Amino acid sequence: MNFIALGYEDLTLASLLLLFSGLLSMRLKLNMERQIGVAALRMVIQLMLIGMVLKILFAMVSPLWTGLAAAIMIAIAGREAAARQTRKFTGWWTYGLGTSSLMLAGSLVTVLALTTQIRPEPWFDPRFALPILGMILGNTMSGVSIGLDRLLGEAVREKVAVEARLALGHDRASAFRPLVRNAVRAGLMNIINAMSVAGVVSIPGMMTGQILAGVDPTEAVKYQILIMFLIAGSTALGTLAAVVFATRRLSDNRHRLRLDHLRSDIKES
Amino acid sequence: MLSIRALSRVGLTSPGLGPIDLQLAGGSVAAVTGASGAGKSMLLRAIADLDECSGEVLLDGVNRDTMSAPQWRRRVTYLAAESGWWADGVGGHFSETQAASRLLGRLGLNDDALGWPVSRLSTGEKQRLALIRALIQNPQVLLLDEPTSALDPDSRTMVEDLLAERIAAGLSVLIVSHDAAQTKRLGARIYLIDGGRLVDNGGTT
Repeated sequence: MNFIALGYEDLTLASLLLLFSGLLSMRLKLNMERQIGVAALRMVIQLMLIGMVLKILFAMVSPLWTGLAAAIMIAIAGREAAARQTRKFTGWWTYGLGTSSLMLAGSLVTVLALTTQIRPEPWFDPRFALPILGMILGNTMSGVSIGLDRLLGEAVREKVAVEARLALGHDRASAFRPLVRNAVRAGLMNIINAMSVAGVVSIPGMMTGQILAGVDPTEAVKYQILIMFLIAGSTALGTLAAVVFATRRLSDNRHRLRLDHLRSDIKES
Repeated sequence: MLSIRALSRVGLTSPGLGPIDLQLAGGSVAAVTGASGAGKSMLLRAIADLDECSGEVLLDGVNRDTMSAPQWRRRVTYLAAESGWWADGVGGHFSETQAASRLLGRLGLNDDALGWPVSRLSTGEKQRLALIRALIQNPQVLLLDEPTSALDPDSRTMVEDLLAERIAAGLSVLIVSHDAAQTKRLGARIYLIDGGRLVDNGGTT
């Protein structure tokens, strides 16, 4: 291992780049300097805090605290997935659907990876569990979010087509099938693209991190392949679960289209 | 025999729908007229169980709640005023393309129409194809929402002839139509719907 530790003066030097963009924005009257500054400050504070939290959690190796951290991560990911939706279900359904799909896919895939492939001792060791859950959640969240957004949008737009099928006596699963297909396809587009260009166009971040930390590239690649499989599996599972659950809420047991379960206000994006 | 008892739309305030009572014998035709927004389409949707309703709807004495909604809708089929299309090709919308092809000529449609993309269809062609799509499933009751609104007189006559043939063979039809001559030609009993309530206009005038 030939890991090079960074000093705070190194970070300050790097931040000059951002300061320069801010000055440029002011000079060109782009009004971006505030946004850049706030985002950069948030990033620094959030990361320093999480660094401290992780340090404490790693030292404790407690199943309780690790589980709590995982639950908070899932809850925040669920909130973010729901926040991006143009159309929402009434009540807590959008948040509930998003979060439960993330919980299902994220925890299933993470536990599977920890207990059968990576096998740290103990299996819930937060040094492995939390970063892996984080990578999986981040990607699954975007799949769930895009999939739900597409499904709800199409349900409204394709109302006439869906109801034409229902009126002909098709069941709700058949009536929603083209919409489900489009929604899942949209949700998986990102991860399919990421897998296709991995290593050719983009060197994935985790692999880069391991290489910078001194790990042999062929070993880092193995980890990256594992993570890609985990992310793809979880994204597919989570997106499918969210989209299928959502079609149930968009209909009822008499196979009616229930657009009245959607809020009437639309978020302008 | 389609029997409707105290059918009301739930969860909807004014004007709402019902309660409505209506009997429609096998092989008979009833027409519903009334101003826009009076609830004509809402009534047809309610009978097809496409909206949540209270009350009873029975077909030959069998309550629709005793069967699944898809089973019910194959027997009592609603044809919306705007036809819906879910695949790119016309043929993908038909359960039996053979039965459908036989009816194309009857309604003045091109014999190759099932091989066309949906985007090529005119509104009138869509309207006739949607009728064929419903007819080939042999429903006992057809709920037609302005089925000839986009058709020229010749095509309209062809649709009416085909319907008359099916009605003679036992099909019951409940039709929303603004065309008094059409309802007369079909020999329909006329009902007026006003503020969600059904008024029997009596007779066939």
